[in-house]
Amino acid sequence: MSKSAKRELHIRVDHLTRVEGHGNIVVNVSNGKIEDCRWEVVEAPRFFEAMVRGRKWYEMHHITCRICGICSIGHTLASLQATEAALGVEVSEQTVLLRKLALHAENLQSHILHVGYLVLPDLMGVGSVVPLAGSHPAELKTVIRIHRLANVFSDTICGRTTHPQRLVPGGFAKYPKVDELKKLRHGLTEALSDLKEVARLVGSLANRFPAFSRETEYIALKSDQEYAMYHGQIGSSDGGTWAPGQYEEVTNEFCVPHSTAKYTKHNRDSYMVGALARFNLNADKLTPEARAVAKLFKLKPVCYNSFMNNVAQIVECVHSAEDSINIIDRVLDRGLALEDIPPIKVRPGRGVSAVEVPRGILFHDYQYDDSGTCIGANLIIPTNQNHNNIYHDLQALLPSLLGKPEKEIELGLEMLVRAYDPCISCSAHYLKVKFKK
Amino acid sequence: MSKPRVAIFDFAGCEGDQLQIVNLEEVVLDVLGQVEIVTWREAMKEQSDHYDIALVEGSITRKSDEERIKAIREKAGILVAIGACATIGGVNCIKNFQDEKFVRRYVYGDKAHWYNTYAARPVSAVVPVDANVHGCPINREEFVQILKALLQGKKPFIPNYPVCVDCKKAGNVCVLLKGQFCMGPVTRAGCGACCITEGAYCWGCRGLVDDPNMDAARELLGRLGISAGEALGQIRLYDGYGEEAR
Repeated sequence: MSKSAKRELHIRVDHLTRVEGHGNIVVNVSNGKIEDCRWEVVEAPRFFEAMVRGRKWYEMHHITCRICGICSIGHTLASLQATEAALGVEVSEQTVLLRKLALHAENLQSHILHVGYLVLPDLMGVGSVVPLAGSHPAELKTVIRIHRLANVFSDTICGRTTHPQRLVPGGFAKYPKVDELKKLRHGLTEALSDLKEVARLVGSLANRFPAFSRETEYIALKSDQEYAMYHGQIGSSDGGTWAPGQYEEVTNEFCVPHSTAKYTKHNRDSYMVGALARFNLNADKLTPEARAVAKLFKLKPVCYNSFMNNVAQIVECVHSAEDSINIIDRVLDRGLALEDIPPIKVRPGRGVSAVEVPRGILFHDYQYDDSGTCIGANLIIPTNQNHNNIYHDLQALLPSLLGKPEKEIELGLEMLVRAYDPCISCSAHYLKVKFKK
Repeated sequence: MSKPRVAIFDFAGCEGDQLQIVNLEEVVLDVLGQVEIVTWREAMKEQSDHYDIALVEGSITRKSDEERIKAIREKAGILVAIGACATIGGVNCIKNFQDEKFVRRYVYGDKAHWYNTYAARPVSAVVPVDANVHGCPINREEFVQILKALLQGKKPFIPNYPVCVDCKKAGNVCVLLKGQFCMGPVTRAGCGACCITEGAYCWGCRGLVDDPNMDAARELLGRLGISAGEALGQIRLYDGYGEEAR
């Protein structure tokens, strides 16, 4: 009988660290048999869908971006698109270009924060980024440089990094200056070489990611024109596309008997959203430099190793920087115009949006009455959609770790959850996962 | 002398204020040189129950959170609320004016009874707070300035004049003069009137000044055709726990 077969193991990681929000991992193994392996979300629910009922169309983006401090730009853009769809507002080509820049800024900021500050400590065997200031000052400074540039990027386009004010229904309340865009372009070229350095560093440590694999479904936006972030059709790695308005056919929220959580599922037990899902569906649309970095890690679609989400985030950082340079060139070539917001006429109706934010596909669905007051809202957040996949991944990973020392098992499970970059305070505005004892 | 030990905690909120601390980038390393961060779940694995200063983000929205914040208060010499959710209740309080049963049912359907919640409130509604870093999100520079003052044993400067003062300094054209709504005349300054500068209006995220001149504000808004009811709705956007919102 092997050592793991008789194993008694009780792991409880309360308030998992280096993730956004409060979640617990609970494992009970008795006589080598897994009795319990669960992922609990204990974040306080915030009830945003109810909260926005009764509020006006011009406040919706301001309120819903408060769901998440890290993806506030993404929530703002999803909110604006839903409101604009409901009220029949057309935005200009320049607005779309600038909004795409805003999304890239957030993607870069969020991903480098996750990879550099939250994941790197695991790969280097330390508890936080703080000791790296002493042991790896040059590497840490590179990460900080990229992160600061990403924040300057958000400041330049949105006026601020968190809870942006310039993004409003119909367009922009204020524009960046031409010389600011030129300076930003220069900063992004420098960030590209910094990012390659980070890629090499993580590449040298990539053997610390477990060789895990579990086939699952990947859901992300898809477009014929580009690596879809701002708009597109909902796509699945199992095939098929759906219009954003049909999102409920894909998300299929449901309850499971052993959990009070609403999970999402489509073709299989669960599906995954986020950088790896986008990579798996749209790798051929990445910029050349991003493709080169994917090659460095031997990352190819379809990759079923959830830990590689961290690597997909690095690939996307490079893509966001490179594609942003191209977009800035287009904006400057067209000539930056200080366009006025088009007049917006209030009308009753429903609007649905689907936007790719750092952690995956995000849906906002609003209904307005004839005074432009919100009378119904549904928001489906990326981490919501990932909870079920995290749960199934934990179940699949645990048996392979059972022969190892407890500390290593704990670290492996923590690293798995962390790989999803879960945004628990986002997801818990909507649901709370609780398992029966 | 040993460095002051700092712990960072969060309750119901978006963690955007902690992100502003991260966004200090190199400055954070300087600040880190002056203090020892001993607990910060969002950023580090290590945790300690021994700390001098607690920074708390988020609102208190359920009974079980009360126990947690009380325990933190007991351990901390100085407790600082950071961000609108912690200082005044913030957007979480919007739901306080809706029927609680309905709110839970609307979001969680027939499983509503699984979810605990009560009227959202600022940290100061449950335990004494020593200093507030206002804003949604907090202003990074103001945060550093308040933390420095506290580390030196000084009373931090927190403005008690309206955003209009900041707005004039920023050289903005008054949005009220353009005939649009603005919370600036009654809202606590210290933000540099950032939202107005970026093309929006003041939403009131820093809460009202002490003794705001509400009559004058109502009259002013009335002249713009904004009813008392609409103005109340705007106060409830962030400051729903405050007296003026009730």
